[in-house]
Amino acid sequence: MGQIEWAMWANEQALASGLILITGGIVATAGRFTQWYFGAYSIVAGVFVCLLEYPRGKRKKGSTMERWGQKYMTSVVKLFGPLTRNYYVRAVLHLLLSVPAGFLLATILGTACLAIASGIYLLAAVRGEQWTPIEPKPRERPQIGGTIKQPPTNPPPRPPAEARKKPSEEEAAAAGGPPGGPQANPIPVTDEVV
Amino acid sequence: MGNCMVNHWFSVLFLAVWLGLNIFLFVDAFLKYEKADRYYYTRKILGSTLACARASALCLNFNSMLILLPVCRSLLSFLRGTCSLCSRTLRKQLDHNLTFHKLVAYMICLHTAIHIIAHLFNFDRYSRSRQATDGSLASILSSLSHDEKKGGSWLNPIQFRNTTVEYVTFTSIAGLTGVIMTIALILMVTSATEFIRRSYFEVFWYTHHLFIFYILGLGIHGIGGIVRGQTEESINEGHPHKCAEYFEMWDDHDCHCRLPEFEGQPPESWKWILAPVILYICERILRFYRSQQKVVITKVVMHPSKVLELQMNKRGFSMEVGQYIFVNCPSISLLEWHPFTLTSAPEEDFFSIHIRAAGDWTENLIRAFEQQYSPIPRIEVDGPFGTASEDVFQYEVAVLVGAGIGVTPFASILKSIWYKFQCADHNLKTKKSVVGVFLCGPRTLAKSLRKCCHRYSSLDPRKVQFYFNKENF
Repeated sequence: MGQIEWAMWANEQALASGLILITGGIVATAGRFTQWYFGAYSIVAGVFVCLLEYPRGKRKKGSTMERWGQKYMTSVVKLFGPLTRNYYVRAVLHLLLSVPAGFLLATILGTACLAIASGIYLLAAVRGEQWTPIEPKPRERPQIGGTIKQPPTNPPPRPPAEARKKPSEEEAAAAGGPPGGPQANPIPVTDEVV
Repeated sequence: MGNCMVNHWFSVLFLAVWLGLNIFLFVDAFLKYEKADRYYYTRKILGSTLACARASALCLNFNSMLILLPVCRSLLSFLRGTCSLCSRTLRKQLDHNLTFHKLVAYMICLHTAIHIIAHLFNFDRYSRSRQATDGSLASILSSLSHDEKKGGSWLNPIQFRNTTVEYVTFTSIAGLTGVIMTIALILMVTSATEFIRRSYFEVFWYTHHLFIFYILGLGIHGIGGIVRGQTEESINEGHPHKCAEYFEMWDDHDCHCRLPEFEGQPPESWKWILAPVILYICERILRFYRSQQKVVITKVVMHPSKVLELQMNKRGFSMEVGQYIFVNCPSISLLEWHPFTLTSAPEEDFFSIHIRAAGDWTENLIRAFEQQYSPIPRIEVDGPFGTASEDVFQYEVAVLVGAGIGVTPFASILKSIWYKFQCADHNLKTKKSVVGVFLCGPRTLAKSLRKCCHRYSSLDPRKVQFYFNKENF
């Protein structure tokens, strides 16, 4: 369990909570439930949480799968520096955002889910994790013709390597190699027309 | 397109039947609650959202019944074994059990959303009609007493005018279990995304056990009988179509209609999930029993590129080519079971797996076996599972493509071919006894693989020959 980055799961949970807040908010506002203005708040909070959590942070070890189109939000989230890098800030922020939605039944599920995400972020922060943006790799301009020193000299079909190497170099090649010239196949290949 | 249909017709048919059943159950329940006389008065307060909620509830029951079945590995192995007359294409569909499990999970999420949204509207409407003072039909129905002495034939679960919907949600069994179930479902889904599963498997595995809360909650969700319909006697005494318009006079003794009486529906979710739950409990007991059987490790080999080979013996173990086993090492993790393809041939007197270091558990396992002076860690094995790759023996020419640790099933197949040739097995159609092995990899591996090919190649040209090729461009 030593290498779990809790922030990755917290990120998924927070994103889901944002969507749930938006849905609950829309239902409450459209249905004009009692105290529906909490629903309107919930939609705004949900959109904010979704935008903040959409860019996935970089994993410490291994490659990270980017979400589609996340580079635009990455540049925005990066701008806030320590506020978005630090997970203690995110934990507190999500906890505070979740509270007003708790007053309405339609959005209380979003509150619970966002509060859980906040708890997981707290665990991540305690373990010293940080949000690192995924930087796009600089694209190397392919120099036309720059790496072609010599075209391939041995195009397929190629016989096994043993046929071309000198027998003294390989100790165990003899048994497996075919007897004849470079293009002889071990078994005659016939074209069977079915 | 033709090949696609031949290989996948059963999957397409199966999914079509499953979707069709979902749609049928939804529409059937929707129409029942929308048209039935029993719920005439209930609909007066709630409208169509009653039918919406009940229809999605029925689909939830159906899908909750189905979701446990694809993860009963032993049941699937049993079906695979008994269905030996069925074509291999059919039996191969059993290998797609996890895909089906995910599809059913998505359907459960969809219907949960519909169910919750519908009930949010229902609660709001119940709340409004309880607070209404306009003497409308809805408010009169809502004022029917909860008092048991007066028959307890209430309709509106919100008893008092100042009760909030939040209070009802968290003090009724249906509401509380609903919240717990939904939170468990959401946690299960967020920890089961492909990214989390592949990067941090333990998070997925342990969180997924929250399904226990989901199943328990589902079983008791309907106990409170909040969904109320008119009783038979009440309908006989005064049919809603006749009496509804005279609701203002229900209190009068002269009126031929009396106050309608309502009763709750008994819970029915438990009837749907009882059998799969019992099957799953049996499955877990069987896995535990099998895991307690002794596994003797006969040989441990450390290969280059951090690959560990374990050769083992277990009483009563029999395998076929291409199958896999689940392995547990209690000294590393008590609850984790990881699948590994069997690399030995069925003809050998041991079974083996090759494990590559690819995460916490595998690295700890390799480290534990590398220490030569401590006792060998105990291993538990469950299996084998999976559809065997016996097709390869039915064809004269077979092209098997695998990379990295993915060559493991082919190791099993190649060894089995060699053994079958040694025993002159007549069922083996692979007459052209030439096996081309192509390697694109490190030099140490190339050397040992070339040695293996040479060792197993028979000098007799009628028997199997292995030709080793390495990339040379």
